Amino acid sequence: MKDLDPLVFYVVFSEMLGPLLWVLALLAVGGLIAFAAVLRCDGGLVSKRLVRSELIGILGGFAALALMAWVTLSGFSDAGGPVDWLLIGVIWGIGLVGTTILAYTAQGLWDRYHGKACARAD
Amino acid sequence: MSKSPVQPVLDRRTLLRLAGAAALGGVPLAAKASGPGPVATKARIVIAGGGAAGLAVAARLSRLVTGATITVVDRRKEHFYQPGFTLVAAGLKPAGYVVSSTAEYIPAGVTLVEERVAEFDPEGNKVVTESGQALPYDFLVVATGLQLDYAAIEGMDTALIGRDGIGSVYAGPEAAEATWREMSRFADTGGVGLFLRPNTEMKCAGAPLKYTFITDDYLRRRGNRAKAELVYAANNKSLFSVPIVSEKVRMLFQDRGVKVAYDHVMTAIDPGRKVATFKTPDGPAEIKYDFVNVIPPMRAPEAVRNSPLGWRQGPWAADGWMEVDKATLRHMRYPNVFGVGDVAGVPKGKTAASVKWQVPVAVDHLVASLAGQTATSVYNGYTSCPLITRLGRAMLVEFDYQNNLTPSFPGVIAPLEELWITWVMKTMALKPTYIAMLRGQA
Repeated sequence: MKDLDPLVFYVVFSEMLGPLLWVLALLAVGGLIAFAAVLRCDGGLVSKRLVRSELIGILGGFAALALMAWVTLSGFSDAGGPVDWLLIGVIWGIGLVGTTILAYTAQGLWDRYHGKACARAD
Repeated sequence: MSKSPVQPVLDRRTLLRLAGAAALGGVPLAAKASGPGPVATKARIVIAGGGAAGLAVAARLSRLVTGATITVVDRRKEHFYQPGFTLVAAGLKPAGYVVSSTAEYIPAGVTLVEERVAEFDPEGNKVVTESGQALPYDFLVVATGLQLDYAAIEGMDTALIGRDGIGSVYAGPEAAEATWREMSRFADTGGVGLFLRPNTEMKCAGAPLKYTFITDDYLRRRGNRAKAELVYAANNKSLFSVPIVSEKVRMLFQDRGVKVAYDHVMTAIDPGRKVATFKTPDGPAEIKYDFVNVIPPMRAPEAVRNSPLGWRQGPWAADGWMEVDKATLRHMRYPNVFGVGDVAGVPKGKTAASVKWQVPVAVDHLVASLAGQTATSVYNGYTSCPLITRLGRAMLVEFDYQNNLTPSFPGVIAPLEELWITWVMKTMALKPTYIAMLRGQA
């Protein structure tokens, strides 16, 4: 940990997650592309759908924390200092943003799949 | 830990001997200048030991040289991820978590001889295996690890681990698991928990402390802390070789109610009476236990101890640790020999983190010698210890030869703070980093 090399980070994550690293990367890229497509189709964000996605996103944040606790064999009283709370915030934030985008995109694609025309963003 | 003897850097005489050794072995010293791309050579390089250090050297060397004959010699087919032993003994991971095979990390083009090295002959530039096979070399990297000397404790036998309150985290994956069963039983019943460390150099000097903290935590979680007395028998007047860390551990032990018996070196165990005997300045002292984590004296393996490779004087002579330059890991008397990992007689660090930072330096100097050049890289003794202080929290202790704290994330991860983020690194990132090191990728 003396020298922090981005390539080392990649190698370590690759060793940690195996093929799942690429699945997650594809999910992230695919999700963003689909999100962009839904946005383009709708001409912007649809408020009602966004609010619903944000509510799901909040749960996603907690799900990310639960997953992290499970993977690291941790409990809910282990945070010991500011950097721990920062890490918890970052993990929760990643879960929130990721889940919100995916939920928004899924709803958009669901609507298209069921033959609804692109919504008009207000 | 012991103070460092004077260790001169490579002098002219040593360089001349190196040139001589290389010439005798037919090594094309200036085959190709080192720089971008691998160094072409016909050198025979033997790596004695296929543990963390040996495999990391093999991986790195195989990327940096071409045409060399690289041979790894190790009898054990299994590879143990030793930093994980504590997690197994804490009941958090199964024994399988720390076991893989040596063969899977052997790089393409490197030969694995599945035998133990029985003899080192640095004068004749060869090693001899237990079957009598002689392996001549131009360069030798000794990475044999160390020997756990359970026999030095009267009455102790590894067969006792997992019975009658006797545990020993170091002895292997099964022993670590058996230790967990005994510790877990103790956490249910209470009594006297006895922890200690040997009065020799040892691998991961933080491990005995970690296990004391983990046992304390289990007792608390099960509501039995009041029924237990925890005693830590320190081999000298400190709890850790780095004074500032020792003081922090002393404060934590006080906070957790762990009693410390200083200057106590375990000499015998009586499993029937459940009594451990210690050598103290006031004569022998007995401590009764209901659970004990036995940590035996540690020495260089027999073949190294019986060879001319060990220190001939100073604090590391008695146990046969290799006489290497602490900055380059090159042998002080045999310049075509390097010692890395646990077997190296250097002031600090018998840990995987030490290996991670020793290997690039030793290999750099070896490859430079092959190319007829002189390397300038230096190992400053850096090592690290994620010192678990309870389940879910650890202190990321990093230090060097001079007992300086060398935090990787200054201002973010404080080295003496009990933090969850350090625990996250220990449980999530350490093993992948270690495996990447074995493969020469990190």
